[in-house]
Amino acid sequence: MWSRDRWREMFLTLRKNKLRTALSGFTVAMGIFIFVLLFGFGNGLKNAFEEFFLDDSTNTIWLYPGQTEKPFRGFKAKRRIIFKNNDLTDIEQNFPFFIDYITPRISRGALVKHGKESNNYTVRAVAPGHQYAEKTIVTKGRYINESDVNDKTKYATIGRLVERDLFGTKTALGNHIDIGGISFKVIGVFKDEGGDNEERLIYIPYTTRQRIEKSNDRIDQIILAFRPELGYAGAMSLEKKLNTFMRKKHNIAPNDRRGIFVRNVAADLKQSQQFASVLQIIVTFVGLGTLLAGIIGISNIMVFVVKERTKELGIRKAIGATPKAVVGMILHESIFITALSGYVGLLTGVGVLALIGDSLEEFFIINPYIGTNTAVGATMILILFGAIAGYIPARRAAKIKPIIALRDE
Amino acid sequence: MIEIKDLHKSYAMGQNALHVLKGINFTVQEGEMVAIMGSSGSGKSTLLNILGMLDVADSGSYTLDNNPIKNLDETKAAIYRNKFLGFVFQSFNLISYKTALENVILPLYYQKVGRKERQERAQKYLEHVGLGPWASHHPNELSGGQKQRVAIARALVSEPKVILADEPTGALDTNTSYELMELLQAINDQGITLLIVTHEEDIARMCKRIVHLRDGVIVEDKKVRQVKAKRDVE
Repeated sequence: MWSRDRWREMFLTLRKNKLRTALSGFTVAMGIFIFVLLFGFGNGLKNAFEEFFLDDSTNTIWLYPGQTEKPFRGFKAKRRIIFKNNDLTDIEQNFPFFIDYITPRISRGALVKHGKESNNYTVRAVAPGHQYAEKTIVTKGRYINESDVNDKTKYATIGRLVERDLFGTKTALGNHIDIGGISFKVIGVFKDEGGDNEERLIYIPYTTRQRIEKSNDRIDQIILAFRPELGYAGAMSLEKKLNTFMRKKHNIAPNDRRGIFVRNVAADLKQSQQFASVLQIIVTFVGLGTLLAGIIGISNIMVFVVKERTKELGIRKAIGATPKAVVGMILHESIFITALSGYVGLLTGVGVLALIGDSLEEFFIINPYIGTNTAVGATMILILFGAIAGYIPARRAAKIKPIIALRDE
Repeated sequence: MIEIKDLHKSYAMGQNALHVLKGINFTVQEGEMVAIMGSSGSGKSTLLNILGMLDVADSGSYTLDNNPIKNLDETKAAIYRNKFLGFVFQSFNLISYKTALENVILPLYYQKVGRKERQERAQKYLEHVGLGPWASHHPNELSGGQKQRVAIARALVSEPKVILADEPTGALDTNTSYELMELLQAINDQGITLLIVTHEEDIARMCKRIVHLRDGVIVEDKKVRQVKAKRDVE
């Protein structure tokens, strides 16, 4: 059936009817191309979305102190709430079975100098657990550890870009930097997937910061991680209990909206995952729509092609072509064109996506891509429908009596 | 060679049936050259189409080279057409995007003849009709007479027993017509049976037998003395 003669005959026909061949090929290639591009963009959008939310740990609850708006238990309104070290220990003691780790964070901006280089950076004073909360990846040396916190050491773990800014190509490890007038030894360098801003940070022990600030015991905010096995429901109930506990301890009215803020990443994550799946559904619909348009396009072309060739098919039948030969010829041609141009469209689409890469990051499209299965599947569907679209009119043309086909002008 | 008995054919024209062939009885021996004449609407083209299996009769029997042609599906009809018959049409019916040679090759392609042999045979028949040097030309580069010669070469290439020609000179001027008839006479002299539908008296005179059709019946069937086209032109 797939003899060399048939291929030769097909190539001859295609070559001699360049416009027709090009038109039908173009329709298919365009359809697949647009499908790949849109689907890729959809995935890029999803990637951007995930990058926003998945850079940090997803099992954390963040506590921020605020300013009360209601008087409570003899305290006046507009009282500023301050977290202290004993908040950390109280939470640890009251919720031992729920908590994985807990860390304070005190953020201060500071001018940081090394030799002639200097720049302004945010310095975060933290406990060791902070490394996991931010998913900080230490590439050289180490992170702040327990004994640093206990000994109030003047050690700092600096971001990759801080090292590059201040030390150029040399290593910062073991060298001293000047943070706001106090000398710190660099004990580690880290990178972070959260982007450049996250790599222009400096971490020091929170106790060191407290000693610098007149040996107080204040902390800005508390980050705690619950055990992942709690699940979504457990996290929600822990958040509630924590909230009640802290309000009681700091004398904040239960319905005071400004006294304390609790952010549960688990809840955020759930929301964002829902949003991501909505995005996915939209992307799928757009893809299916494009594919449908492509199928309609190729069907139209095939109907037109067969119509245009009615007379030729009549001649072929008059000189001995069997209906099977006629249908086979049309199918052979249509499958060949759709397969080839589908492949071209696929390659072009994937190529363009690769070319775009991360250049559309401003528009929240990061690393657009299309899964091989999706792309090949879509091409297959188009080929299949191209074949069906060719088969139906071809069968009709093969059935009409040659005399009627010959009369067709 | 051809034997038809009591052939009827009618076409549905809206509410009414148009009875085109009303009982045709007709026999053609091998090697004959028959002109089928009649005014338009007499049913001569319909008869030829039925003989060529391009159309099907309503009733009656048809035997071609001792094969009863009955209840043919399209596949079988295609095989018979390819094996026994060659067609020449008034409007040539060449495939426009194929060269003269490729057009002549086509019946052999459907006979699944090998490529080399196909080309040699097609070239041979093109030369036979005097178009050897025109093999690589497309139909739109050929004159009407040349196109009809290509069509004749295409009809001959499958070495059929019968050639059916429907107004082969209808689109040609007198001189070209006579040249074409000369070619057809030469083919007939080689033993191939020819049936030619025409309404031109002089063309009919160049055959060996004239069958007159009027309103779907044969009114006259006579053998004539063949006028040789070559002498006539001079």
